[in-house]
Amino acid sequence: MDIPYTVEARRDTGLTNGKIGIWLFLASEVMLFGALFASYILIRTGAHSWPKGDTILNVPMATFNTIVLITSSITMVMAWASLMRRRFGTFRIYMGATILLGFVFLVVKYFEYSAKFHHGLYPSSNNFLALYFTLTGLHMLHVAGGMAVNAYLWGAGSKLWKTNPVWFTNRVENSGLFWHFVDLVWIFLFPTLYLL
Amino acid sequence: MESMTSDHAADIGDHDAADIDRHVRVYITVFVALMALTIVTVAVSYLDLSPAMAITVALFVATVKGSLVACYFMHLISEKKLIYAVLVITAIKFVALLALPALTHGNGLWIHE
Repeated sequence: MDIPYTVEARRDTGLTNGKIGIWLFLASEVMLFGALFASYILIRTGAHSWPKGDTILNVPMATFNTIVLITSSITMVMAWASLMRRRFGTFRIYMGATILLGFVFLVVKYFEYSAKFHHGLYPSSNNFLALYFTLTGLHMLHVAGGMAVNAYLWGAGSKLWKTNPVWFTNRVENSGLFWHFVDLVWIFLFPTLYLL
Repeated sequence: MESMTSDHAADIGDHDAADIDRHVRVYITVFVALMALTIVTVAVSYLDLSPAMAITVALFVATVKGSLVACYFMHLISEKKLIYAVLVITAIKFVALLALPALTHGNGLWIHE
């Protein structure tokens, strides 16, 4: 049996099932990260002293990573726009760039983590680092998850383009929604952890 | 194959090239704005503002950036009502979640030390 409403919108919602599904998932993600941000506020306001992020963390590296993620967001949306223009080759280039930029983000993060560990700074060291590693660690898992889906859509999953281009385009749009959300979370994580 | 005549989902059929070109120009403008605001965020952190002021400015700029991503890259500027309904409920619960520490901290609304 085929999954219903992957191409045409349901009459009552005006949406494809995939679209409403991804938004409900993102709503649950808002609450997941929201709980961690609430923990951050609780722990920070309850602390006698709190380090300014830039005294412990590497701001230039994080600024670079912010630029990387924002760039990956525009390549993601351009990948979708390429499909809307029926240019599959261009889609491949933009989607490939998106995956590559996600990889660059993770590599920079690896160097950041390594430097912390090298200096004996672990999640157990203090509350600030516990929050830093939990929040950025969960965010990194999201980057990796988004990359996996995007890699599937770039590779094996792109066969769908030949048989049902509208369905494929909708899949890319939904994957993009998740990817932009991951970018959005970082936009808040960056100043909260590194600059304040 | 399913019908491709309904609105929204059948974007490929409905949008003409000029329409997409206009979208792309908006995406590029948003991208430039996001880059500029990233520079602003980092620059402001060097200004030696008071903690309260620094937090206010940083979160304001982050909110503007986040809104740009949500409205344009995530197409929330022109989305269906059901998505807005889901997000309004989410926003209310998110604010309640963030307010929880403030309410329970010290001599908060419910906890008396």
